[in-house]
Amino acid sequence: MIIKIAMAGLLAATVMTTTAAQAETLRLLTWGSYAPDGLVKKFEAKYPDINVEVTFSNNEEMVAKLRATGGAGFDLAQPSHDRIFAAQQEYNIYKPLDLSKIDTSNMSKVHLDGVKGNTTIDGKVYAVPHQWGTSGLMADKAKAPDLKGWGDLCDPEYKGKTSMRLKRTILLGTAFDMGEDPFAAYADLAKYQQILDKVASKLISCKDNIKAYWKGGDDLSAMMLSGEIVASETWDSTAYKLYGQNKDIVFVPPKTGALAWIDTFAFPRKGKADDAAYKWINFVLEPENVQLMSASTGAIAAVNGGKDLLPADKKAAVNAAFTDADIDNLKFFANIPPGVEDMEGKTLEKIKAATGSE
Amino acid sequence: MRATDIKRLSLYLLFAPFALWILLLILLPHAGMMYISLREKVAPRVYEFGFENYINFFNEPIYWNTLIRTGSMSLLVTFLALLLGFPIAYYIAKIAGNRSRGALFLMCLIPLWVSDLIRAFGWILLLRETGVISSSLQWVGLIGTPIEFLYNDAAVIMGLVYTVILFMIVPLVSTLDGMDKSLIEAGYNLGGNGPTVLRRIIIPYAMPGIVAGCIVVFMLTAGSYLTPILLGGKNSSWFTEQIYDQFITRYNWESGAAFGFLLLAFTSIAVWLGLKLSGQTLNSTVADT
Repeated sequence: MIIKIAMAGLLAATVMTTTAAQAETLRLLTWGSYAPDGLVKKFEAKYPDINVEVTFSNNEEMVAKLRATGGAGFDLAQPSHDRIFAAQQEYNIYKPLDLSKIDTSNMSKVHLDGVKGNTTIDGKVYAVPHQWGTSGLMADKAKAPDLKGWGDLCDPEYKGKTSMRLKRTILLGTAFDMGEDPFAAYADLAKYQQILDKVASKLISCKDNIKAYWKGGDDLSAMMLSGEIVASETWDSTAYKLYGQNKDIVFVPPKTGALAWIDTFAFPRKGKADDAAYKWINFVLEPENVQLMSASTGAIAAVNGGKDLLPADKKAAVNAAFTDADIDNLKFFANIPPGVEDMEGKTLEKIKAATGSE
Repeated sequence: MRATDIKRLSLYLLFAPFALWILLLILLPHAGMMYISLREKVAPRVYEFGFENYINFFNEPIYWNTLIRTGSMSLLVTFLALLLGFPIAYYIAKIAGNRSRGALFLMCLIPLWVSDLIRAFGWILLLRETGVISSSLQWVGLIGTPIEFLYNDAAVIMGLVYTVILFMIVPLVSTLDGMDKSLIEAGYNLGGNGPTVLRRIIIPYAMPGIVAGCIVVFMLTAGSYLTPILLGGKNSSWFTEQIYDQFITRYNWESGAAFGFLLLAFTSIAVWLGLKLSGQTLNSTVADT
């Protein structure tokens, strides 16, 4: 008897929660600072029946998380444009977008076409651009005024006073600095391996010059602000933030061109709240929201006049860093073909493990 | 009949959470990992069965060098933790009064109340070139220019010892606690001096605690991730970092899973060797304390 009553109660409770939980949940998988609290609140106020749940991550972890579940668990992901094509081919974790549901009219054409070109598989588009930014160098002008290219991080003049992140960016940057074109070599992986070997020996001999490899924006900022290092490989947004605190610290687009990435909107294959996801995309592309977003991320929205929608201090930092020629010289990350991550990973391990220079 | 049924049912029910825990969180994931580790990737979405991932490990010196490095540094950490932890444990168990014992134990526990990450950042603040230690040494006038204490193996070892020493102290205290003080007195009465008593009476008595502490500390150290990553320098690779890189950076779950099993095998063998050499068994050490 007691059991029956309990069962009835349990049933009733389940029924009630299901009816009460009509509110949809939008599960975002994105970068830290890409879903500022204010913006999420504003979105939830506009669409009271949608709850936003945010998970912060990075490119590699986004792909790994989606791969683990076959594309379930999230409704909208924001990997960079070069992490769609191969990941989709290998792990089948995304689903195509319905472009008619996205207001692309305001997106800057260069970026939209670029991302579309990068992420079209069998005639279907898997991503649209959101924000873009660059990786390059950062220097304290007062102490390292002559830093111009990736290779200058290995200049003995700055011995023990430079840093870099031991990830693929520095491999690519160093390759460009040595006069190679790694993106062109993606088509011929044997050639690419040769380039990687050259880059590895250069970076191994450069190890002496490096104080430490930074792991995240925080330790890089701490080393730079304290003056423990005078120059580093960096994300531009980190450099812009530091410019706000010390006007001597500027972003330096390398002479071979800053490496540009575009963070996108992509739909995980088993996402459940597509409509809510489309609403979020269109919402954050509205000009006033772009401004809020860019203030938080420090990256430039891929919309027309995106640079002007940056907050004043960031705009000043961008103008201090880039000339129009630098913008024309940007090298957009090319699609990573299957297998390249493994080759690059092995090269990075080799560099990390090498102790020859000490 | 009925009563025994109920008894049996309640036993099953009590046992169920434990069995589920072992099955769902330990056995199943490991079986899955084992399966992944035995797959060879031939092409996108095409796999073959084989031992390639394990063979790769032995063919690439970087990998096994890192494993050996991790193993030997973990042994060093274990030894240092024992060296530092033993006197503390002895003091708590045998010398301190009842009241100060609680306080001392608490002081050992307090660092565990904050997460690994926060503790590592604490060390970073102390050790960095512009950090507390370097600048106070400069202020005192002992050194002229800032010194970098961070980003080297010594920093990693210090951070690890600090993190794991509690797991050495607790089993040692509980073993030493059971030792009758009259044993020590008898040792002195029979003409033994300090070192002899320590060597012939105290250490043999505390052996189960020592081995238990060493096993726990060694396992924790070899499997730790945050401390070596954050405090380590440009040359210090840790094996768990390799596993992370395989899984996350290189999208190579197959070899990451194989590395996971290799680490498990390596630490298990090390523990087994330790038990053999010290003449202890798992039952007499970890299960007892």
